[in-house]
Amino acid sequence: MAESLEVSFEPSQENQEAMPTDAEAGYELPQADLASSPPEDDPAINPQLERPILDVSKLSLWYGPTQALFDISLSIPEKRITAFIGPSGCGKSTLLRCFNRLNDLIDAVRIEGDVTIEGDSIHDAAQDVNALRKRVGMVFQKSNPFPKSIYENVAYGPRVQGLRDRRKLDEIVETSLRGAALWDEVKDRLNESALGLSGGQQQRLCIARAIAVEPEIILLDEPCSALDPIATAKIESLMNELKEKYTLIIVTHNMQQASRISDYTAFLYMGRLIEYQETEKLFINPIKKQTEDYITGRFG
Amino acid sequence: MLRRKKPTKKNTGRSDAIGEGLTALCGGALALNLLLVAALLVVLVVNGMGYFWQKGLLEIELDDGRRLMGELQEREEIPGGASGDGEQAMRMRIKVGNRDLTGQDFVWIDEPRIVSREHPVEAVLLERLEWGNFYGSMVELRRGEQVLASGPDETWRALGPLREEKADQSRAIHRLERGEIGDINHELEKLRLVQRRLELADLSDAERGRRAEEIDQSVVRAQAQYDALSRQLFAMRDELLAETVVMEAADGTRQVVPVGQIVRALRPNEMGLGAKLGLYLGRLWEFVADDPRESNTEGGIFPAIFGTVMMVFLMSFAVAPLGVLAALYLREYARQGPLVRMVRIAVNNLAGVPSIVFGVFGLGFFVYLVGGSIDRLFYPEALPAPTYGTGGILWASLTLALLTVPVVIVATEEGLAAVPRVVREGSLALGATKFETIWRVVIPAAGPGILTGLILAMARAAGEVAPLMIVGMVKLAPALPIDHHFPFVHFERKFMHLGFHIYDVGFQSPNVEATKPLVFATALLLIVVVTIMNLVAIAVRNHLRGKYATSAV
Repeated sequence: MAESLEVSFEPSQENQEAMPTDAEAGYELPQADLASSPPEDDPAINPQLERPILDVSKLSLWYGPTQALFDISLSIPEKRITAFIGPSGCGKSTLLRCFNRLNDLIDAVRIEGDVTIEGDSIHDAAQDVNALRKRVGMVFQKSNPFPKSIYENVAYGPRVQGLRDRRKLDEIVETSLRGAALWDEVKDRLNESALGLSGGQQQRLCIARAIAVEPEIILLDEPCSALDPIATAKIESLMNELKEKYTLIIVTHNMQQASRISDYTAFLYMGRLIEYQETEKLFINPIKKQTEDYITGRFG
Repeated sequence: MLRRKKPTKKNTGRSDAIGEGLTALCGGALALNLLLVAALLVVLVVNGMGYFWQKGLLEIELDDGRRLMGELQEREEIPGGASGDGEQAMRMRIKVGNRDLTGQDFVWIDEPRIVSREHPVEAVLLERLEWGNFYGSMVELRRGEQVLASGPDETWRALGPLREEKADQSRAIHRLERGEIGDINHELEKLRLVQRRLELADLSDAERGRRAEEIDQSVVRAQAQYDALSRQLFAMRDELLAETVVMEAADGTRQVVPVGQIVRALRPNEMGLGAKLGLYLGRLWEFVADDPRESNTEGGIFPAIFGTVMMVFLMSFAVAPLGVLAALYLREYARQGPLVRMVRIAVNNLAGVPSIVFGVFGLGFFVYLVGGSIDRLFYPEALPAPTYGTGGILWASLTLALLTVPVVIVATEEGLAAVPRVVREGSLALGATKFETIWRVVIPAAGPGILTGLILAMARAAGEVAPLMIVGMVKLAPALPIDHHFPFVHFERKFMHLGFHIYDVGFQSPNVEATKPLVFATALLLIVVVTIMNLVAIAVRNHLRGKYATSAV
């Protein structure tokens, strides 16, 4: 199955979102800082985690000849919000897309190192990539509802899993929409096109769609970047509710957002993990100079 | 409507003469296009639809004493012939009918030679099954030697009820011919094929003899039935033609016309506007719904409409899956590289191949190779008469499907490419496989694009004539490709087509002058048929678009 997925979409400008050039970062750091990967016991990458659910070990990734991720190791805690921050093109979206193997879709991607979820390697040959994606849901930067009705959007995942029972589907659709705080707004027009919703509603619909398949982890790739402050506030409070049940990993450009909602924050720069701490610690008392420069707005 | 304010030199600072000129040029080009389309429609409507309108009958006497009766068709100036008083002399073309008497339908008369013109009320126009129209007056109505009515008015009154009776008889004959006799013919043909199959079969002599006897008995039974029915048919035909009406042409010649052969009897000069309108609609309906007569110069063109529509439908059924699957593979599965680019270029070039080349390919591949093989394998008993090894509606449809498949592939590829990548990723991220993503999300979203391709393909196919002439289109098909004989749809049959009908009627007809308006009417009808089919497809597409509209970004 994985093979068939690899030969797919044209590697055109769409990839640039995930594969930017170094120039985009627009900031040059002394190369000495980046020459060697941080040691295992780097104090900058040492958050106090209660129950890690996802472990990344020595993950490197190449787009063709360009290396996008360098030797990244970190653990993500269960039922917490972890934020990835960093300037454009630092590899945070790429890292996120490794967790549900969405990078498989891009030709000429090569990955080294491993990612394990509760001890199971996701690159294992025995790992069914569709089952993995059911465990690891995703919400994209641009809301991407299917050109179907609201109901069918939410029911899509369960239907793909083979659920046919209309009553169960109704139940799942309602719980998911309630879970995404959208039910009251759309309950009277479930059969209307999802494309008629506002941007914030569409994004919450995408969240509802993701939780309809009951994943363990939800990846959010800059979910609020196209939304106004009110819609953003709704999504953020929704995320706080969702962490009761799910592990959330969010990529964001917005440092205020990261500091507001996340429990842990990882700072990536030019494909390397620079610092990973409890959010409070990282924002108030960063260990690395680069982190401090970034969060204080000196670059990025 | 908002009108754009013209920028003046004062507030722009510089003149935009080139831009304005270009705008005018573009607008002018569009206006010219629209004008041409409008002119085309007007020409078709005026020339084609006027044909069905009944004009008054004119009786004229010439200076040499000849008398003529007919319908005035057109007037024009006599080339190079000015009359004495300086005014240009005119001549008129009159449809005089009576082909059986005079041999020609139309005459040109120089107007200066006309002594008198009349519009006699009792002038009668008979539309006949054979020999075209008869113009003249009625003398008497006879059955054999017995005179039933005489004199113009009495005959006219007597003819009405009699014609209704004859119309019933005529319908009964038609039913018998097409129905029971047709069935028995079908049965006899089947028996002949069974016999032939028996000869070809590998059987012992005893077995062969036994079965041959069975078949022979069936043949004898069917033949007897056939003979009885055909005797009945002949009797009915004799009865149909028993009554005759004696007509007198304007020059005094008499002609006997069997009442059963009269399609319409009219007194145009006493018809009111309402009656003429009814007649007009009746003729229009006949044109659309009847079979052609007199080598396509009269009657309707229903088989051609039917053939065109059915062929386009068959073509769509063939081209839609073929084109969509090919485009899906090219866009979604094939690794994008030089090979795929080359295939794409080849597909585009295929759209530019002259259609007659596809016709030749269809003849060589579908008809001779595929059809010939089918005949050898499944219909050996009918050989050497081909069943599928000759042109037919199936082969014509498949040939056109090949012709139009590039259109569908290109449109489908564009539709697929327009589905945003994030939407596909959204589906994959929910655990859907690539196939499920394509089937449940990508194809519905690309549906309108796919249908656009299909619409273009249908329009192209409906107007294509050249390749069809060698893969199964004929000027007169004996039977429709769909009838009540098993298996009901006969893909091997030849068919009529509106495009070819235009050519045949206009240029291959024995009576070109008379059928010229039919060319326009048929062309108009072809346009109407294509438009209707396109409108249906567009309605379906718009419905889908409303359902699956993709977001604007």
